[in-house]
Amino acid sequence: MIALIDYGSGNIRSVSKALQHEGADVQLVSTPDELGKADAVVLPGVGDFGDCARNIKSRGLWEPLQDWMRADKPFLGICVGYQLLFDSSEESPDESGFGFFHGAVKRFRTPGLKVPQIGWNELEFTNGNNTLWRGLPESPHVFFVHSYFPAPEDESVVTARTTYGETFASAAAKGNVAGVQFHPEKSQDVGLAILRNFVASV
Amino acid sequence: MLIKRVIPCLDVHNGQVTRGVQFGKAEAGELRNVGDPVELAKRYDAQGADEMVFFDITASAEGRASMVDVIERTAEQCFMPLTVGGGIRTVDDMSTMLKAGADKTSINSSALATPELITRGAERFGCQCIVVSIDAKKVAPDRWEVFSHGGRKATGLDAVEWANRAEKLGAGEIVLNSIDADGTKAGFDIEITRRVSEAVGIPVVASGGAGKLEHLADVLKFGKADAVLAASIFHFGEYTVGDVKKFLAERGVPVRLTRD
Repeated sequence: MIALIDYGSGNIRSVSKALQHEGADVQLVSTPDELGKADAVVLPGVGDFGDCARNIKSRGLWEPLQDWMRADKPFLGICVGYQLLFDSSEESPDESGFGFFHGAVKRFRTPGLKVPQIGWNELEFTNGNNTLWRGLPESPHVFFVHSYFPAPEDESVVTARTTYGETFASAAAKGNVAGVQFHPEKSQDVGLAILRNFVASV
Repeated sequence: MLIKRVIPCLDVHNGQVTRGVQFGKAEAGELRNVGDPVELAKRYDAQGADEMVFFDITASAEGRASMVDVIERTAEQCFMPLTVGGGIRTVDDMSTMLKAGADKTSINSSALATPELITRGAERFGCQCIVVSIDAKKVAPDRWEVFSHGGRKATGLDAVEWANRAEKLGAGEIVLNSIDADGTKAGFDIEITRRVSEAVGIPVVASGGAGKLEHLADVLKFGKADAVLAASIFHFGEYTVGDVKKFLAERGVPVRLTRD
């Protein structure tokens, strides 16, 4: 069973439907107890970094999720769910992230650039062997909606880069814990293939 | 590099896609029936549409209920960004549509009546969820005025100023619809699109007037739009989304080409 963390953030239905489309047994999970039965975790996230962190904490899910990552169990963070894997964010200086990856989440600052980035942009894979990228074409387009992006201190965790004004880490992974800045559930065939790869790896 | 988006727009009237001949004429019964919204959405998804916009042109209680159903069914089958507009007046209306599977909600007259709705929506769901749609009409050589209520009511507001204000209030995207050009198939209003796009720091979607493929290329290149919205050219089978993108790519517009 894949636990889709439901903490009152945004469009969880789309993620759920897309995972089910790829054959996953998905359960919405909002308490620590339910996590026990899960084989994998998907952490979505839309909106404000601080709000997301506070909402996860208020449900008592923060420490269990941190333990989950430390145990190297299958985990996929999407959008703000990816940003939360880092230490902190310029968006919410008062809230800290999980700190699974070291580095801060920053805002796009290129002069003249439209922010948020809304639309389809390319992934440049830094590690073609990454499980999630299996079977994908070179430099595929995926759908992004964000104003902030993580800047990992350790370059070796970066699995894909994307350029929007500047080049940033659009995906990162270490062991079985991965995160993506784009929305696979909104990226048509390419996004579904990525979710299929995640489901298959569980 | 971020590509320019091609977005089919579905005007939904009582659960069916229709197309008005010109702005505001929908109510007068001048509608052409196009078909089932979910079937059309699936077709455009397969053709490689970058997003889809659903616009509720009934905006009555029954209309809204059937719109929720349309969005739910589409979101189960089309894994792409969906926007819903028409009749969204409160943060709760936004919430209902986002829960049904929409990614963005588009507001127009309600944002003009209650500008704080933009801010409240952005604070609750993030600015990327709040699209402000602007109907603009050229009223003087150098002035475009904002109209509300489907283009029927003059507001006295300048279109560029309203776009700027909407951005400051928290809008994540602007849809700019030219009342003069809508439904005429005579081309987008390039000038106002460029002025708005240069004035704001958020993406601008051009709408209204697409008749020929050149029109789409022109508004993306010279109007500096980030995306184009079109209805008729797709609904009546004149062009597929793939045709449009191939044409745009040939004209040097960066687009996402899919397998078909």
